[in-house]
Amino acid sequence: MRIGVVTFPGSLDDTDAARAVRFAEAEPVPLWHADRDLRGVDAVILPGGFSYGDYLRCGAIARFSPVMAELVPAAKAGLPVLGICNGFQILCEAHLLPGALTRNAGLRFITRDVRLTVANADTVWTGGYQPGQQLLVPLKSGEGAYAADEATLDELDRTGRVVVRYAGPDRDSAAPNGAARGIAGICDGAGTVVGLMPHPEHAIDPLTGPSADGLGFFTSVVRAFAGAGALG
Amino acid sequence: MARVIVDVMLKPEIHDPQGEAVLSATRRLGFANVTGVRQGKRFEVEIEGPADGVALAAIEELSRELLANPVIEEFSITTG
Repeated sequence: MRIGVVTFPGSLDDTDAARAVRFAEAEPVPLWHADRDLRGVDAVILPGGFSYGDYLRCGAIARFSPVMAELVPAAKAGLPVLGICNGFQILCEAHLLPGALTRNAGLRFITRDVRLTVANADTVWTGGYQPGQQLLVPLKSGEGAYAADEATLDELDRTGRVVVRYAGPDRDSAAPNGAARGIAGICDGAGTVVGLMPHPEHAIDPLTGPSADGLGFFTSVVRAFAGAGALG
Repeated sequence: MARVIVDVMLKPEIHDPQGEAVLSATRRLGFANVTGVRQGKRFEVEIEGPADGVALAAIEELSRELLANPVIEEFSITTG
């Protein structure tokens, strides 16, 4: 399986995302923001960082980059896409996912390991987890508070499109950044486009991360791809 | 050439921690009668030709597509 990793000017975590792809025994394919070309990949990761310096709003400029002109229709047609941190912000700005990421409630940039609860283990990126499974992965963002109107939040809850939540005593106080209803990550209606603020690609190897809990995102999509190939 | 001003503000229901931080500094400075601060963005957009209906319609589209994120922000357009 070939998984594209997009590099925008200001991307930081493309190297770790590519490493996570290799750990999942898939082939990482570098994609460049200025190319209108997805190089025939089977899935795409939008990595973390500060694309275009976070000018205007996080992800607002990246949304209009040439590679996104190819990615948006492909994602709508079912190409698996994982947006991590800045990648999640880009997916929201591109309207591939609903809502927006706003400034952390405490204004501080948060860099710490957080516990997440898997709320939806049926997406192509989380199929290898169990519902309710807890993951320990790093969070590092200044504008990570998920926000959407009440109707959208209700819809996400009702249709099971909250993928991961910050774990805590109750869902509204668990989020360290003030995210609505403790939402750390969501998916589209098909479960192929997933965005989350915490960084599973930094938690694939106990040598370099707090756990290997994040590896499941990458092995899940590889398994889903292999399964689809076997069926097709 | 004309200049069009686009003011972008977070929607009232969206939490504005920056505005709250400014408010708390305002109180520390002794401006006791200040009861609320919301922080936004102002864009000064220069265009060729007059700021007529066609031009303003284009600025409105620009605001909706790029300058503001309608999910969390609202905008207003004035000519100045």
